[in-house]
Amino acid sequence: MTKTATPQSSGGDVRLQGISKTYGSFTAVHPLDLTVPAGSFFALLGASGCGKTTTLRMIAGLEEPTTGTVELAGQDVTVLPPYKRQVNTVFQNYALFPHLDIYENVAFGLRRRGIKSVKKQVEEMLDLVQLGPMARRKPQQLSGGQQQRVAVARALINHPQVLLLDEPLGALDLKLRRQMQLELKRIQTEVGITFVHVTHDQEEAMTMADTVAVMNGGRVEQLGAPADLYENPATTFVANFLGTSNLIEAEVVEAGGDELLLKAADAKLRLPAARCSASARTGEKVLAGVRPEKVALRHADDAGSITEGHNRLPGRIKDASFIGVSTQYVVDVPGLGELAVYEQNIERDGRLVPGAEIVLHWSPAHTFGLDATQDIQAGADLDEEAA
Amino acid sequence: MAASSTTAGTTATTAPTNGRTPNRGLRWLRRNIVTLAGLGTLGYLILPNLVVMVFSFNKPNGRFNYQWQRFSTDAWTDPCGVADLCGSLGLSLQIAVWATVGATVLGTMIAFALARYRFRARAGVNTLIFLPMAMPEVVMAASLATLFLNMGIQFGFWTILIAHIMFCLSFVVTAVKARVMSMDPRLEQAAQDLYASPTQTFLRVTLPIAAPGIAAGALLSFALSFDDFIITNFNAGSTVTFPMFVWGSAQRGTPVQINVIGTAMFLVAVLCVVVGQLAGKRRKRS
Amino acid sequence: MTTTETPAPAEEQTTAPLEVRKTPARKRLVPYWLLLPGILWLIVFFAAPLVYQASTSIQTGSLEEGFKVTWHFATYWDALGEYWPQFVRSVGYAAIATALCLLLGYPLAYLIAFKAGRWRNVVMILVIAPFFTSFLIRTLAWKTILADGGPVVAALNSLHLLDVTSALGITEGHRVLATPLAVVCGLTYNFLPFMVLPLYTSLERIDPRLHEAAGDLYARPATTFRRVTFPLSMPGVVAGTLLTFIPAAGDYINAELLGSTDQKMIGNVIQSQFLRVLDYPTAAALSFILMAAILAMVTIYIRKSGTEDLV
Repeated sequence: MTKTATPQSSGGDVRLQGISKTYGSFTAVHPLDLTVPAGSFFALLGASGCGKTTTLRMIAGLEEPTTGTVELAGQDVTVLPPYKRQVNTVFQNYALFPHLDIYENVAFGLRRRGIKSVKKQVEEMLDLVQLGPMARRKPQQLSGGQQQRVAVARALINHPQVLLLDEPLGALDLKLRRQMQLELKRIQTEVGITFVHVTHDQEEAMTMADTVAVMNGGRVEQLGAPADLYENPATTFVANFLGTSNLIEAEVVEAGGDELLLKAADAKLRLPAARCSASARTGEKVLAGVRPEKVALRHADDAGSITEGHNRLPGRIKDASFIGVSTQYVVDVPGLGELAVYEQNIERDGRLVPGAEIVLHWSPAHTFGLDATQDIQAGADLDEEAA
Repeated sequence: MAASSTTAGTTATTAPTNGRTPNRGLRWLRRNIVTLAGLGTLGYLILPNLVVMVFSFNKPNGRFNYQWQRFSTDAWTDPCGVADLCGSLGLSLQIAVWATVGATVLGTMIAFALARYRFRARAGVNTLIFLPMAMPEVVMAASLATLFLNMGIQFGFWTILIAHIMFCLSFVVTAVKARVMSMDPRLEQAAQDLYASPTQTFLRVTLPIAAPGIAAGALLSFALSFDDFIITNFNAGSTVTFPMFVWGSAQRGTPVQINVIGTAMFLVAVLCVVVGQLAGKRRKRS
Repeated sequence: MTTTETPAPAEEQTTAPLEVRKTPARKRLVPYWLLLPGILWLIVFFAAPLVYQASTSIQTGSLEEGFKVTWHFATYWDALGEYWPQFVRSVGYAAIATALCLLLGYPLAYLIAFKAGRWRNVVMILVIAPFFTSFLIRTLAWKTILADGGPVVAALNSLHLLDVTSALGITEGHRVLATPLAVVCGLTYNFLPFMVLPLYTSLERIDPRLHEAAGDLYARPATTFRRVTFPLSMPGVVAGTLLTFIPAAGDYINAELLGSTDQKMIGNVIQSQFLRVLDYPTAAALSFILMAAILAMVTIYIRKSGTEDLV
């Protein structure tokens, strides 16, 4: 037990050790170790049912872990009930008290802790979230975005060590969601409290968080900074769930050097050995991955002008959709199936229409390698569904 | 065609069978047949109350107030002028209040257990709650009276109260359970998250939000208990509640004061609802 | 909040991280404590009396010598043999009253749900407010309305309708009181609100756009009703018919106040056996048969109508 947590403290570490939760025979969260450093914005990302909300609720004290311990700022709080924890939650759908007005909703936590003069604090807090004039309205009379801000104000006014956010933006429309993402990020930077954010929206997690933990089936698949997760996914689930990946089944032809030489269908591909997370001895299978925006298209007639040393795959355009900033192509590669390609709309080649024979190419440095024993489709269609 | 619209008309407006209806009156009738039938039913429901009201101003010859004689306000100026009438009314009110309190407390507890917890024997409890509502009153009345008789318990105020709490309980459970089930459990979790102890959570969040359901259950209990005759008939002994008094008077002679009290209660109820509605509207506006 | 120091040192738990925690017994017992008083009340004053009554029905004896359990099942046969007409009458009257309630109540519920508009609250008040006048007083009012010299009887007579109904055996001579018609009319009246309210509740839940959608898909109003509205209101129909039929079958007030000795229902028999004749075994046997019959009918009905989740 290190320092005394004063309400004004700028947040503390959250340490989960061997924490798990089972309901009867169903395991919602497998034993899990996780440390969220003080003052960071941490996101738990995953599809519905992956155990992210259960993990959050164990930190909040709303769920008692079956095994393991929860530490807040060096203090073991595993068996402490929620009302004795220096942690507050912004609930999914906000859970604003319908029988109390906005002012009383925000003052609720202060009053429960026996603080008599709440007026100044509540008014300041309402001003911070720009809801001063709404103080005497009931929650039902507010719009979704306003309710969301009340929920944040109601939690933040208590100066918790950690603020937990359970899908806080799920009920908002796209535009408002973008706006609130920035708003929350701003508040977090301002108050410096540790935020733990649960979401199924990979874009939201990447925009806001310093560190993202991708969860699947009650386990953390990978943990890291958003860019790192995106560029170097460790599993097919992460590769597919965070953005889109083209995963190509290939066989290692030559290993040992800085680069691995792979054979996929009739094509030869090169992969930096450092970017291959699977063991890759000659003769073994790996999955070679590349992000669609890293791949370029060239009409078959111009194939000769492709940069020397690039990975190349011949194919035929199956479908092309123009979406403004880019054009998204679906390319049929014989022997390998369909690959996705996103091309910036800078110079459009008029010949690149469905049916056209083309060659795909990309720099070998953009290739990553994954263990081929995994399900190649894992996490592919999940985030759309959950949204 | 007119015939077809009247046969089906009690349930829904029928479509014209061949495009155009010749007569405007007929068309109007067809379009409004449901409304007319509904209003007819409403009339059927209210007619007896009007008769009760009118006959509260009657001055009957003889002991029975079934035939109109002449206008008089005697009964209204002296509502307690009949022996035992106001006594029985007081007793009924007293029993209704206590039965409401008892049934509401016990029923709310059961409703919370059913809505908020998982436990064994849940199906059994649900059946035990449902059965009294699916049982003819006369069966419950006779069996409870048999028990009291065999135990040698004196019939009176307490046996009536016990019986009333028993049959009101299920209705309270049903009303409160519906309300608590529809309540977002996250509200209670939010309260706990915001430093409210379990007791504070219950008093500050759960109870206020469940209040409309509890109030509905309590109101229903009061009405059921106050107006109960069959179960009271078996378990009252020589104690006379207001419905028992009316029943007795149907044999011995019906004083006009019965109508006065019936009318007064009707008017008070309507007044309460109207005032409540107006107050609700004003609150909403401000 | 000041720091609450947890007594358990963190080191101990980290050495045995896979120790499984159990919910404390105190917490697990909460629902049982909540249930205890109310359920006990129902067991002692509702369930136990039913068992007691079952044993009473097979007792013999007299008031002076006391009653003993003698497994005298003949009471059941004697009771059925003597009072089967009242049983049949109870079920018949209750069934007719329930059908009439449905027929009369549906338009009213429909009116409140879809047509009343801003009058909805007023109509609702008019449906509920009569409850506040004791139902015995209101039933007595029917004595006035249906009185021999009254306007209703006069009107029916002038239309010669009473001749028709008398021929059918539901009235007698030129009067309505003390006939089956009066009793059924009273039963219908008494339990009508119990039909209207659940019907209204389930009709109100129907999205009016469904009517428009049905019309858009070439359904005539009558077809819309038959294929969309009525099926969706089934929960209300089932709840309403149960709430009407069950109390109507056990009722004895309407038969007593509006009927004659020829319209006595099974409730009247139980009441008089219990409170006047003091033949407790027969009263017990009769109410047991009534209970069993009604529970059986209700169970079959709920199964048939496919709304078991109602309970």
